Amino acid sequence: MASAVPMSRTADDVGAARARAAAALCVLAVAGHRIGGIVLRDSSAGAQQWIAALKARLPREMRVVRLPSSATDDRIFGGLDLAATIATGVPVAERGVVADAHGGIVVIPLIERMPVSTQARLGTVLDTGIATVLRDGVRAEFEAEFTLITIDESEEDVWGVAAPLRDRLALVLDGDVRVDASMLPDASVVATARGMLDRVFASDDVMIGVGTMCVAFGIASERAPRQALWTARALAALDARHEVEEADLALAAQLVLAPRATRIPTPPPDEPPDEQDAPPEPSPPEATSSDAPPDSPDDRPMEDRLVDAVTAAIPPELLAELLARAQRPSQELGRAGAEKESWTRGRQVAARRGKPDGVRRLHVLETLRAAAPWQRARAKASALRGLTARSLIVERDDFRIRRYVERAGTSVIFVVDASGSAAAQRLGEAKGAVEALLAESYARRDRVSLIAFRGTTADVLLPPTRALARARKLLASLPGGGGTPLATAIDVASTAGVAARRAGTLPVVVFLTDGRANVARDGKGGRTESMRDALDAAAKFRVSNLSSVLIDTSPRPEPMARKIADALGARYVPLPVVDARAIAGAIALAKDIG
Amino acid sequence: MRVAFPFSAIVGQEQMKLALLIATVDPSVGGVLVLGDRGTGKSTVVRALPALLPSMKAVEGCRYGCDPSANGSRCDECQERASHSAKGKLPVTDKRVPVIDLPLGATEDRVVGALDIEKALRNGEKAFEPGLLARAHRGFLYVDEVNLLEDHLVDLLLDVAQTGENVVERDGVSVRHPARFVLVGSGNPEEGDLRPQLLDRFGLSVEVRTSEDVAQRVEVIRRRDAYERDSTAFLATWDDADAGVRAKILAARKRLPSVQVPDAVLHKAVQLCVELGTDGVRGELTLLRAARAAAALDGAKVVTDAHVKTVAPMALRHRLRRNVLDEGGSGTRVARGITAIYGAG
Repeated sequence: MASAVPMSRTADDVGAARARAAAALCVLAVAGHRIGGIVLRDSSAGAQQWIAALKARLPREMRVVRLPSSATDDRIFGGLDLAATIATGVPVAERGVVADAHGGIVVIPLIERMPVSTQARLGTVLDTGIATVLRDGVRAEFEAEFTLITIDESEEDVWGVAAPLRDRLALVLDGDVRVDASMLPDASVVATARGMLDRVFASDDVMIGVGTMCVAFGIASERAPRQALWTARALAALDARHEVEEADLALAAQLVLAPRATRIPTPPPDEPPDEQDAPPEPSPPEATSSDAPPDSPDDRPMEDRLVDAVTAAIPPELLAELLARAQRPSQELGRAGAEKESWTRGRQVAARRGKPDGVRRLHVLETLRAAAPWQRARAKASALRGLTARSLIVERDDFRIRRYVERAGTSVIFVVDASGSAAAQRLGEAKGAVEALLAESYARRDRVSLIAFRGTTADVLLPPTRALARARKLLASLPGGGGTPLATAIDVASTAGVAARRAGTLPVVVFLTDGRANVARDGKGGRTESMRDALDAAAKFRVSNLSSVLIDTSPRPEPMARKIADALGARYVPLPVVDARAIAGAIALAKDIG
Repeated sequence: MRVAFPFSAIVGQEQMKLALLIATVDPSVGGVLVLGDRGTGKSTVVRALPALLPSMKAVEGCRYGCDPSANGSRCDECQERASHSAKGKLPVTDKRVPVIDLPLGATEDRVVGALDIEKALRNGEKAFEPGLLARAHRGFLYVDEVNLLEDHLVDLLLDVAQTGENVVERDGVSVRHPARFVLVGSGNPEEGDLRPQLLDRFGLSVEVRTSEDVAQRVEVIRRRDAYERDSTAFLATWDDADAGVRAKILAARKRLPSVQVPDAVLHKAVQLCVELGTDGVRGELTLLRAARAAAALDGAKVVTDAHVKTVAPMALRHRLRRNVLDEGGSGTRVARGITAIYGAG
């Protein structure tokens, strides 16, 4: 279909990325106020180019306001106007940036640096269209309907946009977001489309299509289908049509739903079984996309065709991740949980009333802010009491103390199998891998601790430390041989992991073992009892919700190791050749996805 | 200002709707904790309450919206006024049940209340300016993303919710006033752990999930779309349905004091709590209160096992001792307990 909007299926990848970026730009220009906004996962330069192209297609009177991610809550949402308050003697509220941007666009670069609570609050404002100020003696509400563009420069596989906010932003562009101006419609086309957006009709079939896709791809949010629907309307409007067509919805689903997929739809059970020999397990990506019978693709219901289109639009890395995730329980470690409060260092957060002492330091500006509204009253009162006039009267109730939160580092806990079954040579390789990891951990300022198990015991050789030289020395002198007391090792690892979490770090437990337990908890031998104890220990470990990786050090993937990994809820990595880089990759994944 | 999505038009979310209705009929069950994925309509249900709930009688001119008939638990100002008026009667007015949103980032002074600066300056008078807790009196206080709220504020809220009284000692003012409200907290357990102390101080806890049923999802999308495109017309469509729920609430409140709990039902409910090993008597009390409110909403005069079974998950789920050997979620464990005591089906 001829369309003012470039379609996203182009032969080469660059072309596809450009087309996607252009389509997202058009949609945001037309329906930004309906779909929350966009996440641009690119360098600042690429994002700026995209935003400049967007601005050129927006109504001239529309405001585009930049908001630094370091802005304080009172600047963003509104607060006490300090100067006016002191001048008038009455608390005066001040509008924040989001209220100033009412009806326009807010751009936040480096969103990954913005605290989660601030991001969550932005999400609430996007929902209600109102910025509520309840602080420092001010109570006010400001209209604040705006479209949000966030630039997320965090590393791949990590989201800088916190989940509560991400859910409100319909569009995501990943990688190169630059657009080709020749692919974009004129401002006049955009303006016409904006005008007709609310009148674009979406049939019941379209609603059914959206609903089906959300269920098929495991998208729980009820915002996503709405966003997809408005995106489809915008695409139709850009093409000067008054009704959403299948192609609009397919592209909308690729833009809005594909990045949110949490699973890949399994083919319906009533399909002829002889069609393919594929196992009932989720099939690899190429099979999924070419699953459709080539003879009659158009006879199938629209929902099926849409599901295929979206599956094809899911980036291969995400697809692989989804397939992997299908095999293990999903558990996402909250980033918010990985911060701890501190009086002395870290990122500064809202000050609190309190008494400064040796540890807690006075926040002078906040204290002044607290004292400001009272100055006239206090001056009067002190004059009445016949005290000498002071230019500023600060009382104990005004004292505000500084508070910080520390971003907790990661604590990697290595649990190394030094038993006889992990043959001497394999142990050597494992040691080599751990050593390489230690160097990397040092660069990231992770804490590392080391637990080794052999014979009948598991010992913490090294409590969490940054002194990595010691870790290396200990590791080198670690003797091998003896039984495999896996259950005891898991118990010790659980305790260490929970302790590390309590200490405010984000623990990742890395087991290096072949999983062939042969020493039970009571120290006696016997494979059956040992395995039962190990699985029992693993089940307990799983309840504590620690991120973990089990690296199978046996020469061939060992079913026992797999079983233990599943019981632990650990990512299972069989390692025919111990390779430090591969292990590092697995650990990084465990940290990000948990 | 955007108008809220009507309560009756919300598809599914039966557990959450029931929990809020129970709290409306009998606020003494305590707060409601709503856990679930993002975007599953948790806030939508809460924001639908103001338009749904029947209005209440309040003392005219009272800043706290005191209940005219609640002699003894009114604020000091009302007690004072009553002592001066004939027969202790106070003028009465109709008031909407407050549903107050606590925004993240609110500071303590705005929540508990503080000295009214303007009055202090203009008249030199030490007047108290009520905060959010006062505004929420006899209604609901809603905290979205409760796990992101600062710990000290959460503790403060839970404390006031439990005692029903807000005590303020700051800026040279010393005030206490009634603040009985239903605390509704919502959150996503993946976004940072909820402290266990916080969990069991909520009366009811529900888990919100999005339906996997396509027809139901499609209905959600249809209604939401109709609402976004023309909210006035959409609201008019659902007026009658909301009025129906309103009538049900009023009838249930009236019926509640006379709802009976037969000994056999009580006995089994206690057995269930023992089977599940819930800590303390708070679980049993909440289970019974919730069952009575559910019966009242049902139009029943007597609580049956069925009522207890319906509310058991929301009343008990968050009170189970963590069992390290049990892989099932707490919801599954409650379901298993129910089967053990009441039999399957």
